Amino acid sequence: MTPILEAKGLSAAYGERPVLFGIDFAVPDGGIVAVLGANGAGKTTTLRAIMGQLRTWGSLHYAGTPLIGKSTAEIVRLGIAMVPEGRGTFSDFTVEENLLLGAYTRRDKDGIRRDIDRIYEYFPVLGRRRHQRAGSMSGGEQQMLAIGRALMSRPKVLLLDEPSLGLAPLIVQEIFQILETINREEKVSMLLVEQDAVRALRLASYAYLLETGRVALHGPAEQLRASEDVRRAYLGY
Amino acid sequence: MSDFIQLVLAGAADGAIYGLLALALVLIYRSTHIVNFGQGEMAMFATYLAWSLLDAGVPFWGAFFAAIVIAFFMGLIIHRVLVHPLEGSPELTIVIITLGIYLFFNSIALWIYSGVPKIFPIPAGVPRQSWEVGGVFIVPYHVTIFAILFVLMMLLFAFFRFTKVGLAMRAAAAQPLSSTLVGISVPTMMMLGWGIAAAAGATAGMLSAPIVVLEPNFMATILIFSFASAVLGGLDSPVGAVLGGFIVGEVSALGGRYIDFIGNDLQIVLAFALIVLVLLFRPAGLLGRPQVVRV
Repeated sequence: MTPILEAKGLSAAYGERPVLFGIDFAVPDGGIVAVLGANGAGKTTTLRAIMGQLRTWGSLHYAGTPLIGKSTAEIVRLGIAMVPEGRGTFSDFTVEENLLLGAYTRRDKDGIRRDIDRIYEYFPVLGRRRHQRAGSMSGGEQQMLAIGRALMSRPKVLLLDEPSLGLAPLIVQEIFQILETINREEKVSMLLVEQDAVRALRLASYAYLLETGRVALHGPAEQLRASEDVRRAYLGY
Repeated sequence: MSDFIQLVLAGAADGAIYGLLALALVLIYRSTHIVNFGQGEMAMFATYLAWSLLDAGVPFWGAFFAAIVIAFFMGLIIHRVLVHPLEGSPELTIVIITLGIYLFFNSIALWIYSGVPKIFPIPAGVPRQSWEVGGVFIVPYHVTIFAILFVLMMLLFAFFRFTKVGLAMRAAAAQPLSSTLVGISVPTMMMLGWGIAAAAGATAGMLSAPIVVLEPNFMATILIFSFASAVLGGLDSPVGAVLGGFIVGEVSALGGRYIDFIGNDLQIVLAFALIVLVLLFRPAGLLGRPQVVRV
């Protein structure tokens, strides 16, 4: 299967300081891939590099289209959306305004309306709170809103940065279940950065382990989960 | 009593103009966190352009709206050429740039139009004769100013509330990083903010020119009152800016009349006093949002 997102020798720098050193990875069309690693390993950087928010070089392709040198807006238009760490919801705006902002790159009014209703089906709590300020909601609800907002651009690839961060286990479980449903029903491929390695390896089919800006290890999620060495060295349990 | 009401009306008319220019300052501050010292001079220059059009025989409202449109594009260009390339520079650099904008337009106006004052007319169709209502004289032109301010505020409100671009501009000002991630071009939104601010400023300039007189420095004093208004209302609150404008207008009108040593010459001191008082006791302004800095 040809990957929908593929990096070969992808490097990135914050200003003059290089932070990614030629990493390779691939997200199969319709698949879920996890990126694991310790703090500072370059997980968030990888996602930001894909979104065109850093200086990058090497090769990075989305469905055959090179992404390097493109602006974030162009990348969103092509079909990639990101749910940033800490959710990044527009806290002074209502739930519905957040979703409308997510559809900023689209022009089809009717389609946008339909998609908003679909998001409310996935996350009923958002529908009930559509006129509420995003900033006044709980962390879990804001995470749901951030995912809903990202879906509003009709992405083929969804980048998720630590969706479980700071949330109660039950809420995390609910969110991961919905992500799985979205992946299955909407055919949205996902690249998932996660601290909670156990959960990430259960959702993903393939995983990459980053260490100081390099891929230290990669393989099918099952295999990584089963490997005693990986567990002790990288997953910390 | 009628003397007092008369003063209140005059103060409100001045206040409407301060509020309008303060609104321009706030629009730019909200989106780019820059206090644009050149705002008044940009307005002054747009007013001169309107005067040129009038002088060439263009009807009043034609010249009025043409100047607003030209000012809008002037704002876009200034942002693109002078402000955007310096994004991320130290605040002092940006302050110097806005002072440069001030000097540039001031000198250009002096060069093209000379320092000799010009007469800027009140809009065609507005009576010059005051209406007497129960011993109080109402100046029809003041009513025009209120009406234009009201219409402009409604338009801006509708634009920011109900249009996609308005929503995106608010988002870009509030959370630039998240805005980028949904595909909004934050620099473009900032540029639009400068354009709208310049258009609002030009309106303030053209409305005040008939009251004072059109010469290259005529907006300088008004800018100081407008700063006081914006600071008083809260630098990030458009409604606060207009409210602040009215308060500053009243304080200087009434203060000038009832505080003996103030008179007409020291009204500007009242504006500075207001700025100092606000910064001391309520730095975020009346309707502004206190800034929380995480350390």
